[in-house]
Amino acid sequence: MSVALVIAIGGLAAAGAFLIMNRSLTRIVLGVGLLANAVNLLILVAGGPAGEPPILGSDGRGDPLPQAFVLTAIVIGLAITSFLLALAWRSWTIDGNDEVEDDLEDRLIARRRASATRASELRAAQEAAALQDGGVEQTEGTR
Amino acid sequence: MNALLTLPIMIPLLGAAACLAIPQRLVAQRVVALVALGAATAVAIALAVLVDRDGPASVALGGWNPLVGVALVADRLASLVLVVALVMLSAVAVYAIGQRARSGNSPFYYPAYLGLSAGVSGAFLAGDLFNLFVFFEVLLMASYVLMTLEGTNAQIRSGTTYVVLNVVESTVLLAAVGLVYAATGTVNFAELPERLAELPDSTRTALNLLLLLAFGLKAAVFPLFFWLPDSYPSAASPVTAVFAGLLTKIGVYAMIRTETLLFPGDERNLLLVVAGATMLVGAVGAIAHKEMKRILSFHIVSQIGYLVLGIAIGTEAALAATVFYLVHHIPVKTSLFLVEGIVEDEAGTSDIDRISGLARVSGPLAVLFLIPALSLAGIPPFSGFVAKLGIIRSGIEGGAVWYAAIGLLASVLTLVSMTKIWVGAFWGPADTEPKRPLTNRRLMTGATTVVVAVTLAVAAFAGPLFELAQRAAQTLHDPAAYIQAVRGS
Repeated sequence: MSVALVIAIGGLAAAGAFLIMNRSLTRIVLGVGLLANAVNLLILVAGGPAGEPPILGSDGRGDPLPQAFVLTAIVIGLAITSFLLALAWRSWTIDGNDEVEDDLEDRLIARRRASATRASELRAAQEAAALQDGGVEQTEGTR
Repeated sequence: MNALLTLPIMIPLLGAAACLAIPQRLVAQRVVALVALGAATAVAIALAVLVDRDGPASVALGGWNPLVGVALVADRLASLVLVVALVMLSAVAVYAIGQRARSGNSPFYYPAYLGLSAGVSGAFLAGDLFNLFVFFEVLLMASYVLMTLEGTNAQIRSGTTYVVLNVVESTVLLAAVGLVYAATGTVNFAELPERLAELPDSTRTALNLLLLLAFGLKAAVFPLFFWLPDSYPSAASPVTAVFAGLLTKIGVYAMIRTETLLFPGDERNLLLVVAGATMLVGAVGAIAHKEMKRILSFHIVSQIGYLVLGIAIGTEAALAATVFYLVHHIPVKTSLFLVEGIVEDEAGTSDIDRISGLARVSGPLAVLFLIPALSLAGIPPFSGFVAKLGIIRSGIEGGAVWYAAIGLLASVLTLVSMTKIWVGAFWGPADTEPKRPLTNRRLMTGATTVVVAVTLAVAAFAGPLFELAQRAAQTLHDPAAYIQAVRGS
């Protein structure tokens, strides 16, 4: 296993993870591609040292199974990337950008909570004011 | 008999190809889809009977050595869940025909739907980790298409979250598969147990955690559940019903497989905590929402917690209860979403603040909702009661008393949110003149009734089914027969 490959895997995965956390779908697509390739390299490394023909050769022979895995994974990655691109295109035709938006229902609930807190704060303030008024009235009453 | 194993995958795939060849003929597509799903269901039933009688069956595709090539394996758990899944897929296909939603009229609906069916079957039958990953991808790819088929803004938005989350899940799973291969030199379920047992504990735990992370994302356990209540509600209702009933459960199935076969006897304290949190968070989240689809989606999360709890306890009794819970849960969840689809079709919304009096509009519809709702909350005599009783009893016996208590609490909370739907949508004065929502939708009602009848059958035949679940748990607990079947094929 070569250190260069391991560094490459780590770099690809880090860059991919960073890109996926963006809001722009185009960046997410790129991130998905990088992540997928990081994993492909990882499986290739899992197969043992490179340089020998996959099945022929005697002692230092490569393992054909991980290569079959990687081939399958590449095909799947292609399908996913093209689907994501189609999604990005559709998003673009609908509202002119490819940003992933918030969930409306989540916002509603968050707003409900915010307004509930505001209402309770208001109520607390009113009660405090009423208490003060009451105190004032009481003192006036005793006079 | 072993040739039967390929059919639940091949028939839907061939059906999908046939549907793609006739994009203009929607009626013919429907016929092809129903025939394919019916045939696959028949095969699955035959397979389940044979597997229960003769023990696990296996086939090595292409005549390769099963340890190197692609092996399909059916044990009792796989064949049982396969039957339930295919019955649900067939019923929902009928429902979708009845609904004639826009997505139902797209020429790509049935190809994607059949592709999803093939992926589901394949995931249940996969005999190695890599093919489990591949079949996950098959069903996920189909689910992406189904999720965003109408191409509306809401679907694109939530579809994007769904796709990206699942892509991350797939990447984690693929990395886990690669690392398992790097550590052991195999991905085959028959060879992995002994190779994994030779590994140092730290490596084993790391691999186990990676696999659990991937399957946990798929199954939507706490804290990886947030994508589910966001994305499921925006798809067409038959699609949501299938997703809700089946997709998360495949994550659970994969968890059962890996935990019992690959990492038996490992400590599962983390899973216990995750299960408890999942049950509670799902039930509490359901209370916060006001839209039927969202409430029901949060219930999925909560229910997953019970299944994970069974896996985490890990005794044979707990596994039996988990298997039974799986069989009970799939039809119940599907039927709730099917009823929700009828409600939304009738009222034009699923916001419980904006609908009321559905019980007056249509009594039978209310009954169709009430039965699975009570079952989901675990009220006797419905199937959910037997399932929850099994899980909670094995929890108390297995030393997880607190988690059993959390399960009971989550059950009560589930009932609270179900009551909320009931009071909001079904009780009260009717908004409109009594119409006939059911007679206008014969196919939808018929399909829903069949699914509800399945849940009642699960309750009525709980005894024999529980015995079958116990036999399945035996095979899970002592995987020698499973391993022997793969090696011998």
